[in-house]
Amino acid sequence: MEGIIGYGAYIPRNRIKVEEIAKVWGADASSYKRGLMLEEKSVPSPDQDTITMSVEAAKNALRRAGIDPVDIGAVYVGSESHPYAVKPSGTVLAEALGATPEVHTADFEFACKAGTEGMFVALSLVKAGEIKYGLAVGADTSQGAPGDALEYSAAAGAAAFIFGQKNIIARTLDTYSYMTDTPDFWRREYQYYPQHGGRFTGDPAYFSHTKGAAKGIMKKAGMKPVDFDYVIFHQPNGKFPFRVGKMLGFNEKQIEPGWLVNRLGNTYSGSSPLGLTATLDISNPGDRILIVSYGSGAGSDAFIFEVTERIDEVRDMAPKTRDLLDKDKNYLEYGEYAKFRQKIRKAN
Amino acid sequence: MTTPSRYWREIPQRYRLEANKCSKCGIKFFPPRLICPECKNRELEKTKIAETGKIITYTVIRVPPHQFVDQAPYAVGIVELDDGFKLTAQIVDCDFEDLKIGQKVRIEFRKIFDEGESGILCYGYKFVLDE
Repeated sequence: MEGIIGYGAYIPRNRIKVEEIAKVWGADASSYKRGLMLEEKSVPSPDQDTITMSVEAAKNALRRAGIDPVDIGAVYVGSESHPYAVKPSGTVLAEALGATPEVHTADFEFACKAGTEGMFVALSLVKAGEIKYGLAVGADTSQGAPGDALEYSAAAGAAAFIFGQKNIIARTLDTYSYMTDTPDFWRREYQYYPQHGGRFTGDPAYFSHTKGAAKGIMKKAGMKPVDFDYVIFHQPNGKFPFRVGKMLGFNEKQIEPGWLVNRLGNTYSGSSPLGLTATLDISNPGDRILIVSYGSGAGSDAFIFEVTERIDEVRDMAPKTRDLLDKDKNYLEYGEYAKFRQKIRKAN
Repeated sequence: MTTPSRYWREIPQRYRLEANKCSKCGIKFFPPRLICPECKNRELEKTKIAETGKIITYTVIRVPPHQFVDQAPYAVGIVELDDGFKLTAQIVDCDFEDLKIGQKVRIEFRKIFDEGESGILCYGYKFVLDE
């Protein structure tokens, strides 16, 4: 049997409120807040990126796993904001943890789904017996073009999971993936900001694939929504996870513990993985958790986990996700935010 | 300009806080040394320095070297780690009025600077305030 043996989160302390962004663009803050079900979002400091947040989240996962990093056989970082165009994020992470040189490392990129892709591959290698432990991180410092609707939600954060066959916190009951070629959101080479298909990102994209993966895994596992204690969907805004949950027959109580987006924003590759860390933080032995990611382009990965008794031993060994979200926040004005996110054009 | 090779040589200490210890006289070194300056022993064991400590002294840099211009003003402190090492690094993500001698801090992995738009990214340790 295989599953998660350690998990960890990282969220930067900077926040910007929807009102602060709306003020600059002459937009109506209350309609954005209502439309997106979003109050504020996280912002990385200028010295933070996908690599630094991955290291901090992975260290928290190591604290809970209690393993020697040398035994990690695979390190995967899923992100759409890898700091280098050419040069892996994963090598820096593996080196910082002390997992090198006997380790397989790769960077994944699939819009907001890259984190669960790494999880899928790391878990599969553990299941196949190819490696003892596998680490997968979903992390992003996502970009939204100034004034675009995405600017209100594009946020930063990371979640890390270590998979193994012993000392499991949450055993994997099933996995499932659902993909089509759907161009709802993209960024071409050398472009700073992504483009999206507006309302096209809804029904044929997010909802179709999230429902496809959720129904597919439940059919495969012979389970119904009522069989789960918690469910986590990708969170591009506050409304979508509740809407897709309702369509599938889940209730708000199953969704709320992992629903972080109203004060975190959309952390892209970190989004549903961070929801899983927050859910594990409050879960009890025997709880069953369904997680369904979504990445534009488009596809969803789904996992069913069953929490074990070890959760009670490891929960407090690293910062809890809700504490990272709620404590010690630093609110930015738009000017500071624009500087932090390098949106200001300077002389060379 | 940091060359990739120099940056690469310092990765063990900058990423993983690797130090070493003289197998004869037990003195610890950070950054690691090749030869113990006390007894000239060349057999040094690998060890690590602590990740938490307290501020001994600090200053705020307002006129920085060119790689750090975008980060100014920023705090730099000398921190006594829990294992006695004294380490100089930036103290980030803090309001300067919260900085105090004796304040507890911990190490976080951060980007130190980049080599312009097209050069390498240099990562390493900085301090953040610890509760």
